[in-house]
Amino acid sequence: MKSSLRITAVAAVTLAGAGLLAGCSSSGGDSGDGKVHITVASLIPGSDKAAFTAFDDRVKEFEKANPNIDIKSEEYQWTGPTFATQLAGGTLPDVFNVPFTDSQSLLQAGQLADITAEVKKLPYADKFNENVLAVAKSGDKIYGIPYGPYAMGLSYNREIFQKAGLDPDKPPTTWDEVRSAAKTISEKVPGVAGYMQMTQGNTGGWELTTTVYARGGRMETTDGGKTKVTTDNPVTKEALQWLHDLRWEDDSVGSNFLLDWSGINQAFGAGQIAMYPSGSDVLTSLVQQNNVDPANYGLTMLPIDSSNSDAGVLVGGNVAAVSPKSSQAQKEAAVKWIDFYYMQKLLDKDQAIADAKVLVKSNQPVGVPTLPVFDKATYDQNMEWITGEINVPQENVAPFTDKIFDASLVPEPNKHTQELYGALDSVVQAVLTDKNANIDQLLKKVDSDIQKLVDADK
Amino acid sequence: MTVTTHDRQLSRPRRTPLTWVRGGGLSSLLFLLPMLLIFGIFSWWPIVRSVVMSFQHTNLVSAPTWVGWDNFVQVVNDPLFWTAVGNTAWFAFLALLLGYPIPLIAAVLMSEVKRAKGLYSALAYLPVVVPPVVAVLLWKFFYDARPDGVFNTILGWVGIPPQPWIQSATQAMPSLVVEATWAAAGGTIIIYLAAITGVAPELYDAAEVDGAGIWRKIWHVTLPQLRSVLLITLILQIIGTAQVFLEPFLFTGGGPVDSTVTILLLIYRYAFQNSLGGDYGAATALSLMLAAFLAVLSLVYFRLTKSWSQN
Repeated sequence: MKSSLRITAVAAVTLAGAGLLAGCSSSGGDSGDGKVHITVASLIPGSDKAAFTAFDDRVKEFEKANPNIDIKSEEYQWTGPTFATQLAGGTLPDVFNVPFTDSQSLLQAGQLADITAEVKKLPYADKFNENVLAVAKSGDKIYGIPYGPYAMGLSYNREIFQKAGLDPDKPPTTWDEVRSAAKTISEKVPGVAGYMQMTQGNTGGWELTTTVYARGGRMETTDGGKTKVTTDNPVTKEALQWLHDLRWEDDSVGSNFLLDWSGINQAFGAGQIAMYPSGSDVLTSLVQQNNVDPANYGLTMLPIDSSNSDAGVLVGGNVAAVSPKSSQAQKEAAVKWIDFYYMQKLLDKDQAIADAKVLVKSNQPVGVPTLPVFDKATYDQNMEWITGEINVPQENVAPFTDKIFDASLVPEPNKHTQELYGALDSVVQAVLTDKNANIDQLLKKVDSDIQKLVDADK
Repeated sequence: MTVTTHDRQLSRPRRTPLTWVRGGGLSSLLFLLPMLLIFGIFSWWPIVRSVVMSFQHTNLVSAPTWVGWDNFVQVVNDPLFWTAVGNTAWFAFLALLLGYPIPLIAAVLMSEVKRAKGLYSALAYLPVVVPPVVAVLLWKFFYDARPDGVFNTILGWVGIPPQPWIQSATQAMPSLVVEATWAAAGGTIIIYLAAITGVAPELYDAAEVDGAGIWRKIWHVTLPQLRSVLLITLILQIIGTAQVFLEPFLFTGGGPVDSTVTILLLIYRYAFQNSLGGDYGAATALSLMLAAFLAVLSLVYFRLTKSWSQN
């Protein structure tokens, strides 16, 4: 008798574990004061106080211009897990951002609001760089506005370069040069990894894809509407072998092989890593989160294999989107905010200068390299407007900005991207933690596992 | 005891709503209400919802669709499924090997200590007080794989070469178990200490008269007297380790090379990481499979140890 009671109790406890997941929802709305209330994503949690002040100033300006809209801002950082729970739980801000990588899967799953009508009302609706806008479109419908597109580059610590006797104004331009610079650094500056790339939380696959694109390979190919997963190719093997040699022959990648985006930024900020592939705009986060001094920061192109016409730079960026749970009035207000906060500074001289001034005042970086949202002429015009406010030493990022506009830009693989990246994480980790890792076999497995997912799609 | 209660129930008059109210039924219900509500909202309703969800395809935004057993089939066919099952079993086994005897030995030794008993209990319990996330971050620092990492420095003193710890597919899991044992042992030690206090001192006196030394006293008196507590802590530990999430999530994120992907981490990935909230169905399906497995395991366990646990 006693034990059967115990069994019931244990069973209940066990089952309670299964109740881990459940949804509840709530929705904000328009309140009785005649104003439309919306919540907007502000900055990454843990950002500098000055950055928040700068943001709040922008909010005040917007509210002054739109007295019938009340804005509440909320710290926000895109991560898959928090996004999914916030959306399901009804606590996602009305305006938030998602990366290019995920915008297509999200909009197809109904997790982004259709804002076609609101966007069409914008005077510059047909001025968007169509290639960029494509990440937020399905057919004719628009589900978000891309902003801050970036290309992947190679971030490096100029101070460490100097310490190692390397010229920070002449960063490496081939993979062999990256390798030898990394070796020199790890030999001459103790405790510093000459080079490292991300390995964890699906970023390992993302960065491997980046280095494979630069060498002219592809992770997925589409032929007649059918996607084939092609990670098992000579270029991927070359990229992995290169990493393997840095780890096991040169010992120039340090000793922490479990690094995600924030982990590697932190390590770079702390001077533990000298070079790593990153988005060209990562400096903003490095300054806000990791106290990186722009004067010590350098950015160059990832070595692009000029002999291979497929070689290119992986592009990324953010899409400002609206919650599917927002009301019609909130949707309209949300697009107004996106227009004001993300777009006007690219299009309007006064707004561009005002925005830059606020950033400078709060010691935020201005002049971080990005790619054009509209055409190149608009981009150049914008840079000209804010030229007086730019505080990122442009010569430090010149090795990147001098060449990026001539490079061929390649979007991310778009079928089961996160699963693909996740599977590749393990391959990158294997190469870094197992001297005898069988690269061929690992890639074959990735291909067959992800191909199954792709084929299962209806 | 059982017989008298039974007799009293037989002699009671027939129950009517009125006698129920007069007998204080209403106030008991009133007192129960907050508990019922809290359990209902936060435990039972979610359980019902997850059972429903495991047969649906839903992202909690668009309307759910019924998919029958698809989610279960998908989970079982996932190449990572058996890896996760194997890793979880490996963690449970190592945790049992290391984490089960250590608190017992510590408790027995501590009960033998005559002076400053409270100090030892406090020291043993201290790790439990440290917030788990802080503990993991602290240990991550200890596990630094560089030769000048904390543990590697200590190993260096005795001439052992630096170890990769969580940076190696073979060492990662044992490293997590060591931390988990350190973090959880304190609680179990306290339970054992309390149980040992409950052992009648006469038994030790009698054993002593019979000429038993400390080891024979432990073997013939302490352990047999603790057996029902030991059995409970064993199954609780198995259930706990089968649900290990925090350590692999924070230490390694499942790596290196999936060597620390556990069932709960896989559930988490289904629900949030890879699908971006599109695969709650697979996540709940796997949760239910785990719950069912553990329930069956507990049932079998209690059946098998039934005679043993009763005095």
